[in-house]
Amino acid sequence: MATLATPIAATPVHDQALPTYAETTRDVIATLQPPGRKYYVGLGFVLLGLAFGAFGWGWQLRYGLGVTGYQPPIFWGTYIACFVFWVGIAHSGTLISAILLLFRSTWRTAVYRCAEMMTVFAVMTAGLFPVLHLGRAWYAYWVFPYPNFRGVWSNFRSPLVWDVFAISTYLTVSATFLTMGLIPDFAAVRDRAIGWRKQLYSLLSFGWKGSDREWRHFGRMYLYLAGFATPLVLSVHSVVSWDFAMAIVPGWHATIFAPYFVAGAIFSGCAMVITILVPLRKAYHLERYIQVRHFENLAKVCLLTGLIVAYAYGVEFLMAWYSGNPFERASFYNRAFGDYWWATWIMLSCNVFVPQLLWFKKLRTNLSVLFVVSILINVGMWFERWVIIVTGLSHEYEPWQWTYYFFRWPEIAILVGSFCWFSMWFLLAIKFLPVVAISELKEALPPPLKAQARR
Amino acid sequence: MSAPAGVVGVFGRLDATVAAIEALQGRGYANYRVYSPVPRPELAEVLKQKVSAVRLFTLFGALFGTCFGFFYAIATSLDWPLITGGKPIISWPPFIVIGFETTILLGSLITVGGMFLLAGLPKLGRAPGYDPRFSDDKFGVVAFGGPAQLAEARELFRTAGAEEVKDV
Repeated sequence: MATLATPIAATPVHDQALPTYAETTRDVIATLQPPGRKYYVGLGFVLLGLAFGAFGWGWQLRYGLGVTGYQPPIFWGTYIACFVFWVGIAHSGTLISAILLLFRSTWRTAVYRCAEMMTVFAVMTAGLFPVLHLGRAWYAYWVFPYPNFRGVWSNFRSPLVWDVFAISTYLTVSATFLTMGLIPDFAAVRDRAIGWRKQLYSLLSFGWKGSDREWRHFGRMYLYLAGFATPLVLSVHSVVSWDFAMAIVPGWHATIFAPYFVAGAIFSGCAMVITILVPLRKAYHLERYIQVRHFENLAKVCLLTGLIVAYAYGVEFLMAWYSGNPFERASFYNRAFGDYWWATWIMLSCNVFVPQLLWFKKLRTNLSVLFVVSILINVGMWFERWVIIVTGLSHEYEPWQWTYYFFRWPEIAILVGSFCWFSMWFLLAIKFLPVVAISELKEALPPPLKAQARR
Repeated sequence: MSAPAGVVGVFGRLDATVAAIEALQGRGYANYRVYSPVPRPELAEVLKQKVSAVRLFTLFGALFGTCFGFFYAIATSLDWPLITGGKPIISWPPFIVIGFETTILLGSLITVGGMFLLAGLPKLGRAPGYDPRFSDDKFGVVAFGGPAQLAEARELFRTAGAEEVKDV
């Protein structure tokens, strides 16, 4: 593999003094050096998991959806739970990169690139599930509105079509946002690279030179993209929630779903950012840039959104009781004490009780604790989606509709495969894209000035 | 060797860069370019930069997106007028979702297109006076002009505190 012009080693940093511009460039570009054995071992495991997922899907295609746990009337189970989970994971990226940019929160600079990469890869993962849960996946293109010989168009009154528009827009805009933010950083890498990498980064940087003219238009464009991405991120999970809320299934048909889903998405997304950043920071010696205070701020966002989620759980149960609707009451009683009590209590433990640890500064600044809490939050959030979908569908209006769904091995294979698919893209990306935004890190630093006063 | 087209001042300090630009402006130079590894408000201020016209692309893109989304949903519903759920063929509330998403989508993409157009990207080939250090930790000011102007610019850069002055 071609390397950079001079072998660069990251500064061994335990010194928290502010880095200079040159140190920032050097340390971030050091993450792009050819990987070591641990990286390839990790990538190998991820590819193995992906192959397991592909095998599960192949089996399902060969023998039909009967090999999964689906049975009437439950045709939305683990796959749709995964879809909602991964769309949710995507949300923190845009929150951190766009919303915090508009709020001028400078702490975002250290973590936003990683969160944005996570957003794009999570949407790429989520996008697989509507296809994966089809029996005849080769007809997936029917959801797209395209002129066809029968003159049939998609039904724009259906939330599923809204979802197609929302998710495609989200993928396009978040990928654009990521790519645009990378342009100045690609130029910095280009100027330090040799061989094929120089050619690659020259193309990727679009010939960026950092001139006054370029920065002037770039700055505005970035601001407006953030302005667009902010309502988009709030709309996407709202639209996803309407896939459920627009149906009359007990436990789904609630107006609280949109804000409840958005808060849950940011909650799980921030937790995933923590899960990824803790090992990444250690592996690439980025302690000087990604500091404990950044993790603490992410933990505070998790705590806040976790409280909103806990409130939403409370409102759901309260409204089921207060509405006097026997179907709603039965559905929520079944959720907490019926067949799926175990899943509901995993959800409540991980999403309501565990995040309360983050009230304590000592715990939220301890990265080991934070890492474990973030994983538990994501376990809880995955179960939240599973509980909403499965308990709702398994206990509809009439007793003949009541059934018990449980996932089988193809679903587990595809779930594992989805994590590996996401990790594969992430592992590949950290060797090609600067994981911390070089130019924005520099922007947050005090500029170099002459020792003596000017004139 | 042909006569230089310009002079580059390489600066390690922001205030020195600002001083050099002010000196150039004081002598009436109009043809110069500034490179920096980061956008700095001090530079935008001394360069008296106007607000970028990218916003016009943003406005057009967003409006076009809104119209496109509604048109698409309405036109295709009329093309295949099938009543579902007892709802009108042209149902405004659900079409708002489509119109909203296309507003964001086309608004964003046209904004990016506008930036590329206005910033002159993609820029193929070399930019006169560009130095790879300008993407790392140095600021650069490139002045263009005739031999007399360039000689003066060299002196101005040195006085302002340039670490290196070279011809291009």
